[in-house]
Amino acid sequence: MMETYLKNEEKVVFSLRSIYEQFGYRKYKMNQFEEYELYVRNKDFLLSDAVITFTDTNGKLMAMKPDVTLSIIKNSENKPNSIQKLYYNENVYRVSRHSDSFKEIMQVGLECIGDIDSYCIYEVVMLAAKSLRAVSENAILDISHMGILSDIIDALSLSGAQCKQILKCIEEKNLHELTNLCEAFGVEAQSSLLLQDLIKLYGKAATVLPQLEKILKNTCAWESFLELKEIVELAAGSDIEDSLRIDFSVINDLKYYNGIIFRGFIEGIPAAVLSGGQYDKLMRKMKREFGAVGFAVYLDLFEQFFKTEAPYDTDYLLLYEKSESPQNIRKAVEALSKKGSVLALRKMPEQLKYKTLVTLKNGEVITTDELS
Amino acid sequence: MNYLNIALPKGRLGEKAYGMLKQAGYACPAIEQDSRKLIFENEALGVRYFWAKPSDVATYVERGAADIGVTGKDILLEYTPDVYELLDLNIGKCRMCVAAKADFRDDKTRTLTVATKFSNIAKEYYSALGRDIDIIPLHGSIEIAPVIQLSDVIVDIVETGTTLKENNLAVTDTVVNISARLIANKSSFKFKSEEIENICKKLSAEEEKQ
Repeated sequence: MMETYLKNEEKVVFSLRSIYEQFGYRKYKMNQFEEYELYVRNKDFLLSDAVITFTDTNGKLMAMKPDVTLSIIKNSENKPNSIQKLYYNENVYRVSRHSDSFKEIMQVGLECIGDIDSYCIYEVVMLAAKSLRAVSENAILDISHMGILSDIIDALSLSGAQCKQILKCIEEKNLHELTNLCEAFGVEAQSSLLLQDLIKLYGKAATVLPQLEKILKNTCAWESFLELKEIVELAAGSDIEDSLRIDFSVINDLKYYNGIIFRGFIEGIPAAVLSGGQYDKLMRKMKREFGAVGFAVYLDLFEQFFKTEAPYDTDYLLLYEKSESPQNIRKAVEALSKKGSVLALRKMPEQLKYKTLVTLKNGEVITTDELS
Repeated sequence: MNYLNIALPKGRLGEKAYGMLKQAGYACPAIEQDSRKLIFENEALGVRYFWAKPSDVATYVERGAADIGVTGKDILLEYTPDVYELLDLNIGKCRMCVAAKADFRDDKTRTLTVATKFSNIAKEYYSALGRDIDIIPLHGSIEIAPVIQLSDVIVDIVETGTTLKENNLAVTDTVVNISARLIANKSSFKFKSEEIENICKKLSAEEEKQ
């Protein structure tokens, strides 16, 4: 019965938690606040650099958490030979791109930190795909390898600003602009064509991997390709194989991410609902001697997806007179609550949608079946 | 039915873009009849067109109300929507320019006042030059700003340059070349990839013919 009254977003959180627990991930609970300095040092890692700050009683500048990953790394033990598998379910505070104001956002995610191997990376990719499938059957997880792009782009000896422009074109699948930029930056034809091919390649592993193998053979990106191939092939024959797509438009910041990266989409939700990857470079920046891979699910985007939940606010609206005895009201509410949700009021509220109207007069229950 | 929703900008550019889509095999006869309707469907082809304010097309696409759309590069640069930019349609070609009174002398020791509808494009352009500017946001008749000394220069779209000439203004710099682009919602691209890629291929062939 209790489950009936949970919102779909809340049900999703429960199913995600149970998936993560099933694979041995333990819940990580943390403080709502963090020292502001942590975010200043890693500003580019955040989705938006605006942070809510306040001065604590000891004079320290604190922040309401805009992100969870940084706190988890900061609090992780620097033990190179161990692996920690953690998940979280926390509120974070970020500026919404569309409303331009701060919002409290419920975020669920997980991190695998330590001496990670190929299986660990695969497991996180698999859990990301399963997280999407817990919401909808029509889900796609785009996967890429940051190393493939960075190996090719690093070899072009371009300035930082030029690299950024090239990456932006790849992120936008903007073939025409990429071609123009490569020409303007004096990139040799072979590399330009390679980047153009990477933009054009998109699809299931079985189709894309052989083509990718052909174009990346004997290039500086070969090692990174083999890593991507290994992870994608591990998914062959599993229940997530169908939702995986190789797509190089998935791009995360080169300063933090190095290996496998991925982004999740659900049909009917216009933006990515999940984002993650391997961020060993961030770990080095935070003086950790090991790697990490993880992802976050943006639950705020589910609100629109689940918006048509119920056509009414309550199953039963119980109206009673002022003179009615509380005993009678209690009995009527108890009886109705066994059949559905019940709202007991003295006056008919404005703009309330109910399934059945029940009036109580001197202990007598009169039911009017209608949908207001 | 799961339609492919296409947002087109109202006006000349939208009509030209529809012409290309029609040639590419995505005709919708209802749209060609003179009517005040804004949404048109071709059930047989599974496409639904709608007319939107040109500056809103990118929003419709980013928010998933339209799967794909046609919009100017100026709008994409100004609002930076999170969408895929799949094709340069090579129509609606013009330039984003800096213009000033014909006798304007740029005194680089002063802050430059810039009147524009495109604040972000202007900010980025001058920031790359390291120039301190003061933006005056306007929504129309930008050309009068330097004439009545509201600003030193304007940053605006120039097609033929006739309006500038008639107001005794001249182009001093080109910021960026503009043309119409085919954009796609990132999520729609995943779930309707075949339809969107087909449209892209056919439009690309049309664009080459022009």
